[in-house]
Amino acid sequence: MNASFSGQLVNLLAAMLLLISFAMLSQRRVLSLIKLLAWQGAVLAASTFVVAWSTGQQHLYISASLTMLLKVFLIPWLLHRLINKLNVRWDVETLINIPAMMLVGIGLVIFAFSLASPISQMASTITRSTLGIALASILLAFLMMIVRSKAVPQVIGFLAMENGLLFAATSATYGMPLVVELGIALDVLVGTFIFGIFFFHLREAFDSLDIRHMEKLKQD
Amino acid sequence: MNQFTGISLQILQSVFVVLAAPLLIGWVNICRAWLQNRSAPSILLPYYTLAKLFHKDAVIASHASPLFRTTPYILFGCMWLAAGIVPSLATNLPFSPAADIIALVAVFALARMFSALAAFDTGTAFGGLGARREMLIGFLAEPAMLMTLYTAAFISGSTSLDTIVASQAHQTFSIHPSLAFAGVAFSMVLLAENGRIPVDNPATHLELTMIHEAMILEYSARHLALIEWAQAVKLFVYMIIGFALFIPWGIANASDPAGLPLAFVALVAKLVTAGLVLALIETLLAKFRLFIAPEFLSSAFLLAVLGMLTYFLNRT
Repeated sequence: MNASFSGQLVNLLAAMLLLISFAMLSQRRVLSLIKLLAWQGAVLAASTFVVAWSTGQQHLYISASLTMLLKVFLIPWLLHRLINKLNVRWDVETLINIPAMMLVGIGLVIFAFSLASPISQMASTITRSTLGIALASILLAFLMMIVRSKAVPQVIGFLAMENGLLFAATSATYGMPLVVELGIALDVLVGTFIFGIFFFHLREAFDSLDIRHMEKLKQD
Repeated sequence: MNQFTGISLQILQSVFVVLAAPLLIGWVNICRAWLQNRSAPSILLPYYTLAKLFHKDAVIASHASPLFRTTPYILFGCMWLAAGIVPSLATNLPFSPAADIIALVAVFALARMFSALAAFDTGTAFGGLGARREMLIGFLAEPAMLMTLYTAAFISGSTSLDTIVASQAHQTFSIHPSLAFAGVAFSMVLLAENGRIPVDNPATHLELTMIHEAMILEYSARHLALIEWAQAVKLFVYMIIGFALFIPWGIANASDPAGLPLAFVALVAKLVTAGLVLALIETLLAKFRLFIAPEFLSSAFLLAVLGMLTYFLNRT
């Protein structure tokens, strides 16, 4: 595989990552959100694999397979189990004005691209142009966490943000040291468990997963 | 280039597009019938319908203004003009420098404006309703259409369709993520602009859902025939714009007429595939509520803008 072709392939995967981020932003159903998260993980794993192939970095193969295992199978499965137990499988969230949110998203993408372009001009890696896309998908996941009011989509937003960060790491610096990556992977997994426990407590306390209820915790 | 060959090729292309357009509609209808387990109508049915309509006597509301009578001719003229501009069989034709992609969008907008005005003209409730809906769809579809065209224009460095086709058809293979985005956005605009299923149902006369049909309810006989023919040419032209932007392989150059048979075969193959895909989309999707249409079209706009942004990102 020559360098320019694999560069184009990574660009294509980066564009798909961005597209999935937008799809998550506009998705109303929890079940489809989890599916999209799994797809995002798959795209991330594929792009890490391509980078590993074209640069010959051995540890990136481990990172790619770890991503595949964790983000495509384990975490979506955990989330599926969680929403089954919480009985919010068919939860539909009313979102405020999807076209307006899309426009805000486009604004964020332009901001991220212009922020990343001076950095990527200095870089020499084959994947430098994808830094802007990674930054944009982090910001979009952030936006998703801000506009959602239910707990499960917020956690999915958090996981999507982590996907974006990992993509930024692979595209800018060919990945972090393996120890760090293992640590992050474990953190995310444990975080998902803790969020699961948190959901049950939330529902026990307020009989709902709407986190706006937590504002009532303040003592007057 | 020989002046005579160029002009005759130009005339051939324009006439070919206008004559073949009902055939495409017939093919799409056949595919839909197959996919929905019905027995298919003849592929020539649109021609029979047109012939039948041309032989009838026109009925026109007594208080209709001349605008109402002239609109079908304007519509047909606009679509024929577009058919002459977009390169379907050969590039580098004498008529192609007449308009670039922006002017082409303006030609479609002109046709839309006249059909909306004519729908308002007779003062029936359905006409006004259809015209308003059409303008809602149109004003959302137009920016998305322009953005997809700009993406292709940026990649080839020109807004002339001819140059875009020439530069896309003769370059070495490379993956353009921006073109993939633009392609999806363009397909969505094509569905919306031609009143195909997720946005409008061309086969319905149900007052709650119809958009295009509501506008032309007052027309009959030769006027209706011209409008339906123009609609068929519009679908055909949108498809060949799509081919020109995204899969331009096989198209001939006007200075080399020997490539024409190959171009013809390539065009027919692309049209057959595109018609099948269109029928598949129309079978698999249900019609949206009208209020979902803005969401659908804003996603198309979003995809087109993303395509353009990805182009700028990958250029550096």
